[in-house]
Amino acid sequence: MTAGSTRWFWYASPQTFYPLAGSIARWCGIAAALLAAAGLWVGFFVAPTDAQQGEAYRIIFIHVPAAWMSMFIYLVMAFWAALGLAFNTRLSGMMASALAPTGALFTFIALWTGSLWGKPTWGTYWVWDARLTSELILLFLYFGFMALQAAIDDPRRADRAGAVLAIVGVVNIPIIYFSVKWWNTLHQGASVSLKSAPSMAASMFTGMILMALAFWMYSVAAALVRVRCIIRERG
Amino acid sequence: MTEFLAMGGYAWYVWGSYGVTFACLALEVVFLMKRSRETKT
Repeated sequence: MTAGSTRWFWYASPQTFYPLAGSIARWCGIAAALLAAAGLWVGFFVAPTDAQQGEAYRIIFIHVPAAWMSMFIYLVMAFWAALGLAFNTRLSGMMASALAPTGALFTFIALWTGSLWGKPTWGTYWVWDARLTSELILLFLYFGFMALQAAIDDPRRADRAGAVLAIVGVVNIPIIYFSVKWWNTLHQGASVSLKSAPSMAASMFTGMILMALAFWMYSVAAALVRVRCIIRERG
Repeated sequence: MTEFLAMGGYAWYVWGSYGVTFACLALEVVFLMKRSRETKT
């Protein structure tokens, strides 16, 4: 074992990770508040009114970042779950459990804001479109993961059972992401991709990225505060 | 100010989104603080 990997395994112990998680959570919480303030300022006062959608488009500043986080948190959760299965490290399962409620929350926010955006633009709050349906399945996957873990008394067994569910559920993430390409339904394609320039005004893009960073920092803070609770509860 | 709150006629959709998002995040923070206090003793 090299010196580098020893250090990583050093933090795999809940007791050594505990104080580190506390300070990271504090700084991420502060960063989230500052980024959200900046993002909301740009979103409401700098970004112009959309030519087609009027002011309704301003939902984008929470809808898109929340949808990104809902998928990203699931991937991180499944990553920790897989790590726990592979190395049997105690902290991994705790991290997966700590991420699930925040992931479910952002999934709900993505669905809720999408619904309120759909009504003025598509004329309906809900439609069984591929993107909406697969995102709803993601919410049920989070609920299933939490319910399964809550149903098993022994935390280590609950971690392993939850991990299998989380890993199997990963198949849904590419389905959500590519659904707008694979099926030609109501939900529009991506306005932002890694390959091309964003198809929107620069100030709109800036507001969206600031809010995405704010949600990201918030998620890290919330998950780490929760993992500290779990470490204390499991002793 | 009233013009800003009206959101060009989309007030329910815009503020309904932002309001529920803020409420959800605030509730999670409250629950987390409560759980933190309960487990610390």
